[in-house]
Amino acid sequence: MSTQIAAITNVKTGAIDEAVYEHPFIVRLCHWVNAVALLVLVFSGLQIFRAFPSFGAKIPQKDLLHWPKAYALGGWLGGGLQWHLTFMWIYIGTGLLYLTYEIFSRNYKQVLFMPRDIRGVWPMVHHYFFFGPKPYVREAYNPLQKLAYTSAIVLGILSVLTGLAIWKPVQFSWLVWLMGGFHWARLWHFAVMWAILAFLFGHLVMVVLHGWNNFVSMLTGWKKDPEYL
Amino acid sequence: MNFRTDSRQFKRINRRELLKLSPVLALGAFAVPRLQKPLLKTGLAFSDWASARLFRSGHLARTFDDSELTPFARFPINGYDVDDPGVDFDNWTLTVSGAVQKPGDYTLAQIQTLPKFRQNTRHVCIEGWDVIGRFGGARLADFLQMIGADPTARFITVQCADDYYESLDMATARHPQSLLCYEMYDQPLTREHGAPLRLNIPTKIGYKQAKYLTDLKVSHVLEKAGYWEDQGYSEFYGL
Repeated sequence: MSTQIAAITNVKTGAIDEAVYEHPFIVRLCHWVNAVALLVLVFSGLQIFRAFPSFGAKIPQKDLLHWPKAYALGGWLGGGLQWHLTFMWIYIGTGLLYLTYEIFSRNYKQVLFMPRDIRGVWPMVHHYFFFGPKPYVREAYNPLQKLAYTSAIVLGILSVLTGLAIWKPVQFSWLVWLMGGFHWARLWHFAVMWAILAFLFGHLVMVVLHGWNNFVSMLTGWKKDPEYL
Repeated sequence: MNFRTDSRQFKRINRRELLKLSPVLALGAFAVPRLQKPLLKTGLAFSDWASARLFRSGHLARTFDDSELTPFARFPINGYDVDDPGVDFDNWTLTVSGAVQKPGDYTLAQIQTLPKFRQNTRHVCIEGWDVIGRFGGARLADFLQMIGADPTARFITVQCADDYYESLDMATARHPQSLLCYEMYDQPLTREHGAPLRLNIPTKIGYKQAKYLTDLKVSHVLEKAGYWEDQGYSEFYGL
């Protein structure tokens, strides 16, 4: 897929700006629908967790943490499950649409972290966290971004698989077995949620740091004045 | 692919691309109080539909060694099971009705003439905990044959001594591990665990496995889904 680049003449000043079409429509659509679904799943999932906030035996029960009701969706266990079992289909739907689109449009090349990207990770980490020099950027996503987004996609897939194992431990007994048993499947599902939230935190920090043009690109697809042109 | 444009035209392109995302706003329907309930009900119904598709009649729930059993004393009972439902054990019968050839009252002794099966299976509560229990009883499929249940019937509903009620789809009822259970851990059921007769359905979530059975009805349509289903839980909830 060749990237669209636009040269924009400013009608007032006559100056020329450049913009790149970074995010195709399907990607943007999936991004925002998935963002809503993810938040619903997190807060309804925490409601479900509140019913048995442990990963061990029922008797004796040792609670891991008491999640406050005010930060949980659905009002009670049944309500939380209704939200969770409704939005999981939206989450799975956008996930499948996104993955299918990425593969067939070959847009995955923009996102997928490949072995050749390994070398570029440390310089980016050095730049972001230790004030090192800014590495030269040639693509829409730098190696660290690719690593983060690829991890997020993997975590998304894992959240679905661990969820299926808890929801249907008999029909998907092989998934339960892969995860080390039913208790472990619940724990993995919980851990994957926190990992996704960790990604989300970093993601939002980066969105703030990278400014308006970068944010707008996920709404309109077009990024003005990209640094890599 | 490059092209030239001016800033006014580019704004128009951007606006058009932004508007293409407007379908996302449809999710806002979930925030409308009047729409929320029916939407979530539809979502749950879709999940139930998918659950029924995922159910495989020939697929057995995993069984466990005796060494993996949760000790009987640590097999949880619900708070309301502590209240005695007041079953008269001497005169107890299971009243069978609906689409059957032989309706009427069945004694425990009659049910116990059917082949007895014992299984160590996982009992999963909707809250998230699970235990491995040992259950014994007659296959529900055998009992359905005994009472001459209509093979085209689609549901079973049960009524319990403590006003609890539940339902099962016929495919699950005929599953070889679905038991009319009168023993746990090789002993007759205790009162807390649903004496004299309860359901043990390893392919279903815990709340579908009703205790203190008094009535069993075979039907073509689902009249009552269940006590918890009426509060908003899933109707099918197969594991």
